[in-house]
Amino acid sequence: MLELDAVSVHYDGVPALSDADVRIEDGEVVAVLGPSGCGKSTLLRAVAGLEPLSAGRITWDGADLAGVPTHRRGFALMFQDGQLFAHLSVAANVGYALRLRRVPDRARRVADLLDLVGLAGYADRLPGTLSGGERQRVALARSMAAAPRALLLDEPLSALDAALRERLASDLRRILTESGTTTLLVTHDQEEAFALADRLVVLRGGRVVQQGSAREVWARPVDAETALFLGYARVLDGEPARRVLAALPQRQASPGTAGQVALRRSALVADATTVDAPGAAGLVGAVVSARATPDAVRLVVDVEGVGVLDAVSAAGVPAPGDRVRLRLDAARVALL
Amino acid sequence: MRPPHGPVRVRARGTLTLIGLSALPLAVLTVFFLLPLGGMLARGLWPDGELAPRAVLDVLSRPRVGRVVWFTAWSSAVATAIAVAVGLPVAYVLYRLRFRGRAVLRAAVLVPFVMPTVVVGVAFRQLLRDGGPLGALGLDHTPVAVIAGLVFFNVAVVVRTVGAAWEGLDSRPAEAAAALGATPWQVFRTVTLPTLRPAVVAAASVVFLFCATAFGVVLILGGVRYASVETEIYLLTTVIRDLPGAAALSLVQLAAVTVLLVVAGRTRRVADPTVTRHVADPRRPGRADAPQLVVMTVFAAFLSAPIGALVVQSLRVDGAWSLGHYRALGTTGSEGALVVPATQALANSLQTAIDATWIALLLGLLVSIVVTRRSRSRTERHVRSVLDAVFMLPLGVSAVTIGFGFLVTLGREPLDLRTWPLLVPIAQALVALPLVVRTLVPVLQGIDDRQRQAAASLGAGPLRSLLVVDLPVMWRPTLAAAGFCFAISLGEFGATSFLTRADHPTLPVVIVRLLGRPGEGNYGMALAASVVLAATTALVVLLVERLRVRSVGRW
Repeated sequence: MLELDAVSVHYDGVPALSDADVRIEDGEVVAVLGPSGCGKSTLLRAVAGLEPLSAGRITWDGADLAGVPTHRRGFALMFQDGQLFAHLSVAANVGYALRLRRVPDRARRVADLLDLVGLAGYADRLPGTLSGGERQRVALARSMAAAPRALLLDEPLSALDAALRERLASDLRRILTESGTTTLLVTHDQEEAFALADRLVVLRGGRVVQQGSAREVWARPVDAETALFLGYARVLDGEPARRVLAALPQRQASPGTAGQVALRRSALVADATTVDAPGAAGLVGAVVSARATPDAVRLVVDVEGVGVLDAVSAAGVPAPGDRVRLRLDAARVALL
Repeated sequence: MRPPHGPVRVRARGTLTLIGLSALPLAVLTVFFLLPLGGMLARGLWPDGELAPRAVLDVLSRPRVGRVVWFTAWSSAVATAIAVAVGLPVAYVLYRLRFRGRAVLRAAVLVPFVMPTVVVGVAFRQLLRDGGPLGALGLDHTPVAVIAGLVFFNVAVVVRTVGAAWEGLDSRPAEAAAALGATPWQVFRTVTLPTLRPAVVAAASVVFLFCATAFGVVLILGGVRYASVETEIYLLTTVIRDLPGAAALSLVQLAAVTVLLVVAGRTRRVADPTVTRHVADPRRPGRADAPQLVVMTVFAAFLSAPIGALVVQSLRVDGAWSLGHYRALGTTGSEGALVVPATQALANSLQTAIDATWIALLLGLLVSIVVTRRSRSRTERHVRSVLDAVFMLPLGVSAVTIGFGFLVTLGREPLDLRTWPLLVPIAQALVALPLVVRTLVPVLQGIDDRQRQAAASLGAGPLRSLLVVDLPVMWRPTLAAAGFCFAISLGEFGATSFLTRADHPTLPVVIVRLLGRPGEGNYGMALAASVVLAATTALVVLLVERLRVRSVGRW
């Protein structure tokens, strides 16, 4: 079990990470999620032993890691762009940790690992000849070869294009869960975090603002800023929030302490046909603009007493000025 | 539709620009380098108007020549090995660690490289001669003294070249290796060193080149017994007048130098400007850095000992502290050792250095621009790389050969330039030219070509884009190269000694002249003049170092 206990890291007196408490159970995959510059890379480097702590302690199974150099910690670190050793072949890269420990029968282990990441037959290639996704797979195999106590991933998928990212994410998730590797990953990309992690730690301005299971954090962001960072399009408060809250189909949750409501872009479904239906639930507004995207028709709607909100169209493309009735999808609304 | 003649016209214009820009440097190189070199070789190979290759072979089979070549080879190899072994830890300390006084130390390490060879020779002898602080070791006029002198000069090359590469090294592969369980030593051996290898090989080949063609140091520290190819050429031309012998040795040297330049050129790589890298900030020294810090300290002592001995001795007159030797610099020495006072020689040196600097800068800028512009065709690329190599040649060709070649080709009709005031500056500029080019080329290559394309797409012509994109990046390196060039010119001795007129000597020439004259007063004056020269060059280098240009002194 990896534990960060009130960890702070300062650079020349400027705090990069303040008072962070994080706990990672054995076999768990935890994602530290935050915007760039929030201190997440610092957190990862501190765990790896690459940054000295200004305060607090990092422990593994209760043993303090202060003074333990990086190479004795047994945490393999995988960078955003792989950082393969350019002068070594793929096999030599993967077998690097094995060679350091003079493990016998290296060639077979390396072949197994390349198999695991779907790169059988790549052993003799040089890193320069690989695509971004292949490099990242080799980096993963290289990290796994070290049989690390924990795996540290620094934005493992961010350097890849969207299609590749999705495919590698599911592979990575499978490999991590099947091998039961304790993993700490940092990322600024919420999709990457949701795809890989069991639990999320949201970091902002060097402080942990929220942690919990991926579903929990997603459903109940702790504050407006976190909600916006997690992909909610708008956060309402005051009278508009109360009106939206009142329009929710059932009171499945009590209002949050801040009395705010966060809406995803698809939280409101607009329907022009029911706008004048007597007694119908929901809000009524006038379409400001409509734009067709591959997934849906996205609208901007001026809602009476609430203001301008995003919505998707249930059917057809309404013209600007059309009045529509908006139904709320409770799963896409968060109460703060 | 593409205009039928468009690409051809563009290509032709590119080639025309190439020819136009390289015309002046090529003309200067031809008249003042290739012509003297050819003249010198012709005199040796065609002694009586017909080719006599047998004479050359005869020369090469002489036992003394064999000894000289062997001594040059092994002393240079040993000096290179030591320079690399010392240079790596020093580069680590100066470029990867952070501590007070680091900037001063970095500058101090660069000073010996431009220190006048004559001064270094005198300083080492001061330390090693009978009665000197280390006289008891009996190292005067031994190979050890020669190698120590060569190491003194050349560690700077290793430190600058490897240090700059090390400083800009992406720290993440090393961190990844450490996280995979590699100890710091394993990280160095398996990740850092392989990445630094091109820089190390480039530095080593250039150091070997400098060692193998060193003149002043070997002449003064080797005495009569230990001669290198370079000093032997000097001996054969000026004392024995055996021109076939000198030409044969020059040919050997030229061949060896060409091979080395090719090796150095192959390994020289410039970091791709479009790749972003994470460079770790230097850290504070820790306990694990102790071995490197010890090497650094010993090396600093090694650098300062001869200079210290020189300064101390220059201040001693008849066993007492005095500025007498310095006051004597205003005279012509005892028993009329000199034609003009040493102060006049200093003024000559400064004037010559100013001229040499603007000439080298002008040529160097043209050459750098020519070799770094993007080639549009295969032929153009070949032409550029050949040009690049040709302008490196003065680096390795014996300054003595050039100096003597000047005398035999430019000192008579139809091209009598002996009294031309720019003759010495041009010779010195050619010696400094490769260093100017090597300072400017990496900077120019480091400019992302897309910036020029962006400027062009916004309507900037070639001149305008030079002004907007290149100039802001170039002015500091250019200034640094100028200072470097100035310092080299101040200390240049090999070629100058042949070309300088008796009534217009430079300071290094005066120092050697004073050393060759009897009398305690003249010797003291030589020491004082050496200190003045060393202080001047050191001052220039310290100013250059303040410009923080990484490519200075780097290969």
